[in-house]
Amino acid sequence: MITRTLLRAFDGKTSLVVAILITIAIAVPASNLYLPVGHPLRVPNHFVPLLGKYLTYAMLALALDLVWGYCGILSLGHGAFFALGGYAMGMYLMRQIGDRGVYANPILPDFMVFLNYQELPWFWYGFDMFWFAAIMVVLVPGLLAFVFGWFAFRSRVTGVYLSIITQAMTYALLLAFFRNDMGFGGNNGLTDFKDILGAPLQAGSTRAALFAASAIALALSFIVCSAIVRSKLGKVLVAVRDAESRTRFLGYRVDNYKLFAFTASAVIAGIAGALYVPQVGIINPGEFAPANSIEIVIWTAVGGRGTLVGPIVGAVLVNAGKSWFTGVFPEFWLFALGGLFVAVTLFLPKGIVGALAQGWTALKARRVSARAEDGSDAAPEPSPAE
Amino acid sequence: MDQNHPPLLYLDGVSVSFDGFKAINNLSLIVQHGELQAIIGPNGAGKTTMMDIITGKTRPDEGEVFFAGDVDLTRLDEAAIAELGIGRKFQKPTVFESHTVWDNLELALKKPRDVFSAWFYHPSEEDVGRLEDILATIRLTERREELAANLSHGQKQWLEIGMLLAQDPKLLLVDEPVAGMTDAETVETAKLLREIAKSRSVVVVEHDMSFIRDLAARVTVLAEGSVLAQGSLDHVSADPRVIESYLGR
Repeated sequence: MITRTLLRAFDGKTSLVVAILITIAIAVPASNLYLPVGHPLRVPNHFVPLLGKYLTYAMLALALDLVWGYCGILSLGHGAFFALGGYAMGMYLMRQIGDRGVYANPILPDFMVFLNYQELPWFWYGFDMFWFAAIMVVLVPGLLAFVFGWFAFRSRVTGVYLSIITQAMTYALLLAFFRNDMGFGGNNGLTDFKDILGAPLQAGSTRAALFAASAIALALSFIVCSAIVRSKLGKVLVAVRDAESRTRFLGYRVDNYKLFAFTASAVIAGIAGALYVPQVGIINPGEFAPANSIEIVIWTAVGGRGTLVGPIVGAVLVNAGKSWFTGVFPEFWLFALGGLFVAVTLFLPKGIVGALAQGWTALKARRVSARAEDGSDAAPEPSPAE
Repeated sequence: MDQNHPPLLYLDGVSVSFDGFKAINNLSLIVQHGELQAIIGPNGAGKTTMMDIITGKTRPDEGEVFFAGDVDLTRLDEAAIAELGIGRKFQKPTVFESHTVWDNLELALKKPRDVFSAWFYHPSEEDVGRLEDILATIRLTERREELAANLSHGQKQWLEIGMLLAQDPKLLLVDEPVAGMTDAETVETAKLLREIAKSRSVVVVEHDMSFIRDLAARVTVLAEGSVLAQGSLDHVSADPRVIESYLGR
């Protein structure tokens, strides 16, 4: 039954996207590692983690699209799940430093020594083991989303009110993580990482492996999301988005469906965050900033919400634009981003991918009607209903 | 009430008020198994509120609402009541516009409603056959792959009735099914509802008198939140109080 559901996820489009992502996962690292420096097809060293970062952003946008595009829940706090996954990974990377820190304490990370901690806080236990950190990457964002969603969806908080409380959630976490006595490095966050699973983070091969892992994680998330939206579960989610109370009167427990989508989405966002941190080398409370979460919404809207390819395209394009723009006109980036959002809302309400799909359908329809006019393969008139 | 053969739906002394306005006032109503009942009444008589109470959208301030003898509907939510076998068609046709006709029916089809059953659901041949039968009944076979948004008003009404059939409820609550339909469509709809009422109970709220005549149903007249008169259409339309409160205007 589960295999059949997974197989259904693989229609032509999904297989194509997955094939492209796997090709990227192999080609980019291979070109960086095996082509000689100066070769025109070689991906430069600094580009590998940059592209890897885009892929984790794409995963984050895909996660948001599952709840926003398909279930109509506009979360303005998805950055929080991303950051929590990132912190779980960051804690593992901190413990991997061991006695190579400035203060050479074998157990305590530098910031704890600096802040006069005598022993490791209980919630840092276990993070010296990768498997434990990996479980926390999934569990912490998932659990937060589950508890948050449980209360919000049961009390039937919807629409703009839900958006506001998700925003409040990420803001509260921002303030909490800023505090030094929370034990997460306060303002500076977690950084100065040395290695992951014994491999040095600065090494080209490690960066290539992290890039490949990001591309594969994105491909797997794409398959899972596709398996969700192409099933009856996905149809119920769209039904909830379009006519929530009608869905209730059909006997569906709308809160459970929303809770499922919200939690699944938070887990994907958490994994994306965990892959992001080793590639950028730092995680700090700034990741919880409400503005970050709003940016995710913009990527998704630009690419096309309610399509699975859209958020990936949107996240990569907008961030590539941001990298270029902040290099050339750093002070104008936010204006450009705002302008882009307004322009997309006005002229491409379905985003880039949505508009392309619409154009394609229109073109096909025109071809069909043109052929029908030629009379070559006119469909027989449907007999009128009796 | 006869304890051995309780009616399908039993409302007794139900009242509900919104901001001091009594929308339903000491309403008592019985729907028997396999009965087709029409409910008429002027605007604001409490017809839609009554449906809201039966389907769990509104909680009554006082009174009893029992389904199939001993199920207390006032303690259940919308989803639980729908699962019990009470289907509802809204006044304004509400179908899922971005789904195809077929998907609308598939969503309504009586199947386990939990998240994981839905995720791993694959329609069996029996399910497909059942949906095809319903499509034929509601005369939408030709348009099964069409988005529901592209249907005409009357076709949306029929699709919604088809969704009710797919739910396979014991009781159907149908709110103004022929509003905005052509005369021919109205006649067809009456035929369709009579057909449906052969195997289950149907309650129809409607304004259109000729439609109610076509239905040949027992008529209940509501006014100001309670029952004014009951009986055949000829009987109630001869009632002077009914004429004064409703027909005469």
